[in-house]
Amino acid sequence: MPYCCVSATQLRKLAEIATRWDKGFGHLTTRQNMQLNWVALEDAPDILEALASVEMHAIQSSGNCIRNTTSDPFAGAAADELEDPRVYCEIIRQWSSLHPEFSFLPRKFKIAVSGATHDRAAIRFHDIGLRLYCNDAGEKGFEVLVGGGLGRTPFVGKVIRDFLPVNDMLSYLEAILRVYNQLGRRDNKFKARIKILVHEMGGTEFGERVEKEWEQIKHGALHLPQDEIDRIEAYFAPPPHRDLAANEAAIESSLAASRENEPEFDRWMTNNVSAHKRAGYAIVSISVKAVGAIPGDLSSEQMLALADLADRFSFGELRFTHDQNVVLTDVEQSDLEALWRELARHALATGNVDKLTDSICCPGQDYCALANARSIPLAQEISKRFADGDRLDEIGPLSVKMSGCINACGHHHIGNIGILGADKKGAELYQLALGGASDEEASIAKIIGPGFTEDRIVDAVENVVETYLGLRNDGERFIDTYRRVGAAPFKEKLYART
Amino acid sequence: MPVLKGGKRIEDSWTSLPSGDEIPAEGPLIVNLAQWREERDALCARRDPLGILLASHESPEEIADELDHFSLVCLDFPVFNDGRSHSSARLLRERYGYDGELRAVGDVLLEQLHFLHRNGFDAFDLDSEHPEEDWRIAEADMQLWYQPTGDERTTVIELRHL
Repeated sequence: MPYCCVSATQLRKLAEIATRWDKGFGHLTTRQNMQLNWVALEDAPDILEALASVEMHAIQSSGNCIRNTTSDPFAGAAADELEDPRVYCEIIRQWSSLHPEFSFLPRKFKIAVSGATHDRAAIRFHDIGLRLYCNDAGEKGFEVLVGGGLGRTPFVGKVIRDFLPVNDMLSYLEAILRVYNQLGRRDNKFKARIKILVHEMGGTEFGERVEKEWEQIKHGALHLPQDEIDRIEAYFAPPPHRDLAANEAAIESSLAASRENEPEFDRWMTNNVSAHKRAGYAIVSISVKAVGAIPGDLSSEQMLALADLADRFSFGELRFTHDQNVVLTDVEQSDLEALWRELARHALATGNVDKLTDSICCPGQDYCALANARSIPLAQEISKRFADGDRLDEIGPLSVKMSGCINACGHHHIGNIGILGADKKGAELYQLALGGASDEEASIAKIIGPGFTEDRIVDAVENVVETYLGLRNDGERFIDTYRRVGAAPFKEKLYART
Repeated sequence: MPVLKGGKRIEDSWTSLPSGDEIPAEGPLIVNLAQWREERDALCARRDPLGILLASHESPEEIADELDHFSLVCLDFPVFNDGRSHSSARLLRERYGYDGELRAVGDVLLEQLHFLHRNGFDAFDLDSEHPEEDWRIAEADMQLWYQPTGDERTTVIELRHL
């Protein structure tokens, strides 16, 4: 899904494909895409034809090329947005599609763009991260980060340029990609990502090489004409919102009454609904993490329901998030209760966004040939253990991310609590890591100590949570407490002899 | 191996200089970068056309100031997914102004012909029984192009703002 946007029409087609050629469900990935894991190879041409009928394809979803550009799922709507990143994502999408020079890179290549104060696109953990903002002179440009990534060797991206005018975006990207294509390691698949080149060369020298290459091409054919940027920008004009500023007070009091009557609606409003830049509207995060469910799995029936709800409440558009949820960006606040009731009919009204059970989870050994351990059943166990919504709210914002092997598709390095599955002499063993974060205060989680067996790992997570609750100051999030007190108190409680 | 150039199969009149061999007095000759460095004077004294082969890790910058000596530059693809020579080709054409024959050699695949041509290659060492048919297929791969490269194709952005 280019920069995570999908139309209701496209989602209906995905539902149809999942029903007809798969097992009736699809899986939302951390790449803001949807995976269909059970298609027969011989059906692939028919599936591609069905995708093409709604302007979709699977090109560059694998291979050592520039992959789908990802972005902020709240783009265009968020109250804290400075500039809309989708405009530039689309320009990058066009430039990177079937690029003749960069289709056989040393390794895959991922670009993320964010344009808000809060980073919801994890730009510090991508091969290139672009942070769109306006400088003091009122010009639009990017802070440019390179060499971030997860996998076997996690790195936070390094800033190589504080301000790049938007008109220079493509020439600068081409300079980075060319330096990487020429100098990136090709002798070892596990050291071929740009993060290794940047790490070995150092961010400063890498940046200098990019600047030197860019000097040669910055005035060339890739310089973006302003009328082309304007032309693309027109496609991202806001949907036809109604003027609701005058109704705000009435909507607010009606919502307050509903929240009073319906504790679960109240919880959902608190956890899943975010501020919109437009008066009277809200952004709704739909949790695909119901209690005991497989994180990120949507049935065809749920996809069809979501498509209808998008048409009815949010101008027919949806977003897939990198934490495996779905977002409706433009919901009238007076429709929130009706939307919540409809979502509840499809097991999509869980009010746990950004809470402990809103976990990221890779497919693990149940699907993946690389995995050493299962991750889905573990996510389900944790979800059941912490099913109580009041308890989750008491714990507050806390991300749990789990991967079934060191390739880190479940982003365990950037979970407040990260879980890494390993195989030890034929038995599954789970490593626990603490302190990761994917946002503007990016950090990589550290392994706390010896791993836990399958029957003890959920207890270990609970132990960490209890330690946090005992240590926290008023209003302090888990990550803040961890940063304040360090790993020691957690370690002491986890490995205390009983 | 047949050579494809301008959509036609052509006779390859070039020979490569085996390492350690005497430089032949006559005939179009391809040398590698090391041979060029070592035998520059002797090679320049010849009257017949000279070509050079760059390995994928050898930067075209190495010969940027000496391109007048060559009427053929071969860029190697040791395996199809070693994409470095794609960048080398663009630099030779667009930055260093090389306008002689630019030939892709090694693991050159039909699937990459279109990309190669866009990057500036005009000749291909193609392991194929039907190189001319391959060329027709490859040429038809795409009809619209997003990226400006050194070739003469009009890009989508140019078409939009005609």
